[in-house]
Amino acid sequence: MDALLLARAQFAANVTFHILFPTITIALGWFLLFMRWRWLKTRDPAWLGAYRFWTKVFALSFALGVVSGITMSFQFGTNWPGFMEKTGNVSGPLLGYEVLTAFFLEAGFLGIMLFGHGRVSERVHMMATFFVAFGTTMSAFWILVLNSWMQTPAGHEVIDGVFHVKSWAEVLFNPSFPYRFAHMLLASALTCAFLMAGLSAWQLLRGQSERSAPKVLRVGLTVAAALIPVQIFVGDLHGLNTLEHQPQKVAAMEGVWETQRGAPLLLFAWPDEATRSNRFEIGIPKMASFILTHDFDGEIKGLNDFPDVHPPVATVFWSFRVMVGVGMLMLATSWAAWFLARRAGWAPERIPRLALWALAGMTFSGWIATVAGWWVTEIGRQPFVVYGLLRTADVAATTVPSPMIALTLTMYMVVYVALIFAYVTVLKYMAEKPEDVLQPDLVEAAGAKAAAALVAGGKA
Amino acid sequence: MSFDEALPVIFMALMGLSMLIYVISDGYDLGVGLLMHRATPEEKDVLIASIGPFWDANETWLVLGVGILLVAFPKAHGLVLTQLYLPVALMLIGLILRGVAFDFRVKAKAVRKPMWDRLFFAGSLLASLSQGWMLGRYISGFGDGGWNYPVFAAAIALALPAAYALLGAAWLIMKTEGALQAKAVHWAKLAWAPVVVGMLLISLATPWISETVRERWFTLPAFIALSVIPVMTGLALVVARLILDKPIVRGELCWLPFVLLISVFCLGFVGLAYSIYPYVVIDQLTIWQAASSPAALKVILIGTCISVPAIAAYTVFSYKVFWGKATELRYG
Repeated sequence: MDALLLARAQFAANVTFHILFPTITIALGWFLLFMRWRWLKTRDPAWLGAYRFWTKVFALSFALGVVSGITMSFQFGTNWPGFMEKTGNVSGPLLGYEVLTAFFLEAGFLGIMLFGHGRVSERVHMMATFFVAFGTTMSAFWILVLNSWMQTPAGHEVIDGVFHVKSWAEVLFNPSFPYRFAHMLLASALTCAFLMAGLSAWQLLRGQSERSAPKVLRVGLTVAAALIPVQIFVGDLHGLNTLEHQPQKVAAMEGVWETQRGAPLLLFAWPDEATRSNRFEIGIPKMASFILTHDFDGEIKGLNDFPDVHPPVATVFWSFRVMVGVGMLMLATSWAAWFLARRAGWAPERIPRLALWALAGMTFSGWIATVAGWWVTEIGRQPFVVYGLLRTADVAATTVPSPMIALTLTMYMVVYVALIFAYVTVLKYMAEKPEDVLQPDLVEAAGAKAAAALVAGGKA
Repeated sequence: MSFDEALPVIFMALMGLSMLIYVISDGYDLGVGLLMHRATPEEKDVLIASIGPFWDANETWLVLGVGILLVAFPKAHGLVLTQLYLPVALMLIGLILRGVAFDFRVKAKAVRKPMWDRLFFAGSLLASLSQGWMLGRYISGFGDGGWNYPVFAAAIALALPAAYALLGAAWLIMKTEGALQAKAVHWAKLAWAPVVVGMLLISLATPWISETVRERWFTLPAFIALSVIPVMTGLALVVARLILDKPIVRGELCWLPFVLLISVFCLGFVGLAYSIYPYVVIDQLTIWQAASSPAALKVILIGTCISVPAIAAYTVFSYKVFWGKATELRYG
């Protein structure tokens, strides 16, 4: 395999692995803040139990996010040395601000958030939790600014092949940023909501955590059911934005080869780049045109209008279908389960077992949809690294031999697969541990401890 | 020197400072990782507890250091990281393993705990060995074509883990009590000799391996002024060794070895900086050749001036919260 493809595979493996964990922590930080607030407000130990359990999930996810994020910061240089040389004036400050305003904030306050209870006052602890949540969200902001700029570059000028910033406002709020940022934050909220609902459903099925799990189930399921329609709406807006700025990406997503009016919505097809046509096509006539242009006879530009500058079709086409398919499944599951749970008055023993099983099965559905979505947008940007202006092949490392990339790629893959396996296994194990093993001091000491913490906080 | 010309110097200083803070802060927690296999299962929990609240933030300094290299000196970033392709990958695998082992060891099934402890040790070792190798390659300006270059890099690859272990032991002397503290004193004594030998060899070998460094140091009168650095380093190491034999190191002065070792790292850093400046890659690329446009650097500088004091403030706050002897960590 050639070095470019290997370098791309390695980077793709790393970003795919990385995004799994920020997708959880971005939203989980805010959920933790909510649980903490409920505990302070109601003094119901179930909320404290929920907070503690999910803090552990946060710590684990955060650690995986940090280590894979560090890897990424190095791979910019090892895999794409030309990227920073050419776009450093734009991407440098964005990445710099991400580290300075977000990464340090979350890492700095994480220690206090995780282990500081009892050492600082409730208020300071709440603040630390807030800073961690805020830091992860800020991190997403800067990274998505940069990613959106690579998709829809604006506010720059190119002098001798090097990018210079003309307007930071235009760079920050480049055309696709608002859509991408909203789409990603919602993806995070949904991924986390399904994780919470799914893991809690699993705990209820196993008869564990009878105090906290129903509460977390209700929060997760309600947020999931409420946000999934919003996500579908925002996703549609994002698609229209892509059609405007990156028509060949949409052509690949829809499998449209020739420019046509009244393009069908393909439910199944096998795009074949050799013959430049689809095999085994099954579609709804005129539906793609309607979705994309809101007109049954709207024109969709075909891939053949963009010779040599369109992405690999089959991967984008299929990733898009996986994302949408999982999204629809999330809609159906969350709405059905929410109505069933509501009818049962949210009493865990009266919620149909089938609904709990369905939610447990969907625990990691957000991961699949998020990764598929990122594959659509990132592979859909190829063959460019900065859309329309800079080709990926022109920024790749030329001095690193292919076998060395293949070797490190294999090492990374082994570690990533093992860690995903370990993560899922440990989450399942933690969920199955009885609550009283998890928090031996919970029942008797919850109230007393909080009071002591308030006193100790004054001294610290 | 105009402000625009001074910008790369400012960023070189910032990058150096981040790397120094990284080496010291992650150095002690990597060092604790290297000592893991010498501790009993109960002691392991205390070892982890002593670094648990800090390691995330410690590693962030590496991201900042590499970030500044990436952002301020993009040409050097590409050159350095493609030269160090394999050791970087190994270091990253090491950092991944130890970073996650931290969290997995207490959350996984009890029977799996020893496995995660071993991975924590292995990850710490792999990361420190790779960092040492990279430092060696970097000091020699990525020289190749002679047997001396790999030997030099290998020597530093062995010396750096020893230095981290010494620093980690000193951290534990400060953060633990009782039998574990006595063990930490013993570990510090064990690590001391290899560190001193390593530093001596490297100090002698560096001028030999690089002509630029030789000219920098061995010209009069600079040599006399510069001799302060090795003399003070030696003094700090000797005092640290002497105090390890005194009972007071387990009492009031438990912080002294750690502080002395930090000063050793700082002095080593000053010596290195003097050897390299104004190059970012020795004999190949000066900081001005490698720097981004002044416009981009100014934008980052504004953010740096605002955020670095804030980072310093909450880092100090975090250390204050977890001040004193390490106790069991509890999520709350």
